[in-house]
Amino acid sequence: MTEISVRFGGAAGDGIASLGEMITRSFSRRGLHAMGLNAYQSVIRGGHVWFQTRASTDPIHSQGDGTDLLYALDALTVEIHAPEVRRGGTVIFDPEKFTLPRDRIPTGVSVLEVPTLAIARKYSTQAILQNAAGLGAAAALAGVPWATLHDVIQDSFGRKSDNVVQWNLGASEDGYRYALEHAAVHDRAPAGGGAAKLVLTGNQAIALGAAAAGCKFLSQYPMTPASSIMHWMAAHSRALGIVVKQAEDELAAINMAIGASFGGVRAMTATSGGGFALMVEALGMAGMTETPLVVVESQRSGPSTGLPTKTEQGDLNLMLGAGQGEFPRAILAPADPAEAYRAAIRAFELAEAFQTPVLLASDLHLSESYFTVDREAIALPPDPPSLFTVAENGHEYRRYEITPSGVSPRALPGQPGLQFVAGSDEHDEWGHLISDVRSGVPEGVAKRVEMMDKRMRKLRGLADAAPTPFVEGPVPAELTIVAWGSSVGPVRDAVANLRAEGIVANVLRVPTVYPLQVEALVPLLRAARRTLLVELNYSGQFGRLVRAETGIELPERLLKYDGEPLYPREIVARAKEVVRAHGG
Amino acid sequence: MADSGAVAAVPTTDHPLPLVGKSTVKPTWCPGCGDYGVVAAIEMAVKRLRLPSHEVVIVSGIGCSSNLPHFLSAYGFHGIHGRVLPVAEGIRWANHELTVIGTGGDGDGFGIGCGHFVHAMRRNVKICYVTMDNEIYGLTTGQASPTSELGHRTKSTPFGVIERPIDPIALALASGATYVARGFSGDVKHLADLVANGLTHRGFAFVDVMSPCVTYNKINTFDFFRQRVYKLESAGHDPSDLVAAWQRALEWGEKIPIGLFYKTDRPTYEELEEVLSAGPLARQPAGLRAHPEILDEFV
Repeated sequence: MTEISVRFGGAAGDGIASLGEMITRSFSRRGLHAMGLNAYQSVIRGGHVWFQTRASTDPIHSQGDGTDLLYALDALTVEIHAPEVRRGGTVIFDPEKFTLPRDRIPTGVSVLEVPTLAIARKYSTQAILQNAAGLGAAAALAGVPWATLHDVIQDSFGRKSDNVVQWNLGASEDGYRYALEHAAVHDRAPAGGGAAKLVLTGNQAIALGAAAAGCKFLSQYPMTPASSIMHWMAAHSRALGIVVKQAEDELAAINMAIGASFGGVRAMTATSGGGFALMVEALGMAGMTETPLVVVESQRSGPSTGLPTKTEQGDLNLMLGAGQGEFPRAILAPADPAEAYRAAIRAFELAEAFQTPVLLASDLHLSESYFTVDREAIALPPDPPSLFTVAENGHEYRRYEITPSGVSPRALPGQPGLQFVAGSDEHDEWGHLISDVRSGVPEGVAKRVEMMDKRMRKLRGLADAAPTPFVEGPVPAELTIVAWGSSVGPVRDAVANLRAEGIVANVLRVPTVYPLQVEALVPLLRAARRTLLVELNYSGQFGRLVRAETGIELPERLLKYDGEPLYPREIVARAKEVVRAHGG
Repeated sequence: MADSGAVAAVPTTDHPLPLVGKSTVKPTWCPGCGDYGVVAAIEMAVKRLRLPSHEVVIVSGIGCSSNLPHFLSAYGFHGIHGRVLPVAEGIRWANHELTVIGTGGDGDGFGIGCGHFVHAMRRNVKICYVTMDNEIYGLTTGQASPTSELGHRTKSTPFGVIERPIDPIALALASGATYVARGFSGDVKHLADLVANGLTHRGFAFVDVMSPCVTYNKINTFDFFRQRVYKLESAGHDPSDLVAAWQRALEWGEKIPIGLFYKTDRPTYEELEEVLSAGPLARQPAGLRAHPEILDEFV
């Protein structure tokens, strides 16, 4: 395995994210595996932002530890990130911009001074063009062929004016040539080869999966880190025939989606924890009225407004408990964009099959990081048929008919003879309320139990139909790391690193965090020699769920709630402690 | 492709499909409740327009009046408190061939749901929204509502309301509503006209109905309104005149205008949403297979 990491740092407004995206694509187009981490703050200009792209000849699942090349647009970037540059690496900067804090440059790391501002001035008075020169220099040392970078820049700026494209190409090429004249290509630069890969963020994968599943309606209120689902959907709404509605608030967003679903289309809403907290009451209404609904909950650091641009897995308890009373739900937790694509499709299938809400749990790290995905991983499922085929006409039609599965025949407005009222009050098979004059009288009391039982029976079906727990990696292993959602990525990389140090570990995956499939999970947990629970929250919320459902304690934990993604080195260090403590 | 969504399993028949009428469920409102007049007016309006039961959806929230969908033979969605309009909007955007009627009370629409009310009007979504405004919370046994008058003593305001009431008509005018009317449940025929015209209106039609609560509101009673209401159409009001509409909207006291305050012609949200020009969303093809090129943007 050969890999290289490139990091860009500066202030918000410097264009760091677009540099990151371009270098990521430069690797992916050469068939390399890549992962791009966009670290930013809740400010539009200023502050400190950085982007790291890691590229490898072999599959990688996280941003890794450290970097090889650092292009710094300000002294603060050098202060913070230069110590992370590995031996043999290079710090790229322009001495016209700032004085290098030399004491921060580790031994064995070179410095390359590139006149990015002077290059920019050749083309335009717009100083931001310096970036293109820096990008060129970094790409050169990372072993990216000029032709590849050229095409990526051209495609990225393709919609802008010819001048902008030409200036960027010119400045990049100057930076590229300058770097090669004054420094050598990094000796760990991975060679390309193989078919170009796709680069997807988790949110793009979710949006793409929703579209593939036949989602026709998305209502959403802007909230980091879920907003880019709406952005992608809105940009493609006319091509795909999807109505995208920015609602006045999250209350409206979820109720619109429920209305649209009731009206006969597959519908979704997406938000983060704060918005989801507002959606809670309506989530229960979807459960009570048995209206299919997909809700994406892309978590960020809480509580309250928390750290809006930082990641966490702190909303599991909220997702598990959202809504007064009890109703069936499923929570899917994909680990990476390929899984997120499939999970979105699965979420729509489950929501429709069981006529109940399905939550798709993401988080900022998955939603906004860039991952390469093989094109074959984005298989297009058959287009879904129209929904206007579900219920049979008949005089005895009962929308909420009591069935062994709990699922009743669904009718849609517009179908003659099947009219019913969907009620958020408790109701009978016909949808007639049992909440007023029939409540508390014997017939109503018995019907209430029948209706609750009917709805809750869907949980069994959901558990049978949803993806089940499994183990990734070697079995048996000295250590089984239990992880869900985006934490799986860095855990996978940690497992590989542990292997290199002679420790055999594997990952216990739980793609459906609810309903927890206890029959499948318990044998896997029992088979583990020792476990390590890894979660991005304070209290080990998933560990608590496992204990509640299985009685099995996961005593060894790595819990993190600093807002930063997991680094493989953190997991490796904790794993070694656990293995040693247990005489491994 | 539009045919792929054809209604399944419906026997062809020479008989016209049933129109909206009463359902098998009897209203549970208090005897004498103003809402009986409203359900009667809605039934008259949809019958006059000969709307088949299956093409009408009546959406409501929570409150006494929000039980209304159960009493008519159309499709219904009886949702949670205050969310009538977003549900109704979602239904319209999923299938804009449906006639969508929103119903609810003043607490539902102007209290907990007030944000949605304003936005639905600026969007001009084609929904006929009929509020049964009794200036009190009835189902929760008599607390002040957003339209309770100053000084009104209720269980939650034993010393009298000290907030100015919301004026739904003025709020609607300010929000860009294109059809703004006030009815009185004591004049069912007049109300039915307002609802019927609202149902055929191009866009959002708001009909605020003075619908007395005979149990908890001893101020705004049937007699209170009978002594005060007058009809705008008999008073020479020009509903195309926004300034005149504002002047009438501010009238409340010895004289209370009912009828059509304002009506204007503006494209609906559904007309302006390009995606819906291909027909009802629910009957449009879905999926990605026709667009494999979309993956190219990720290379």
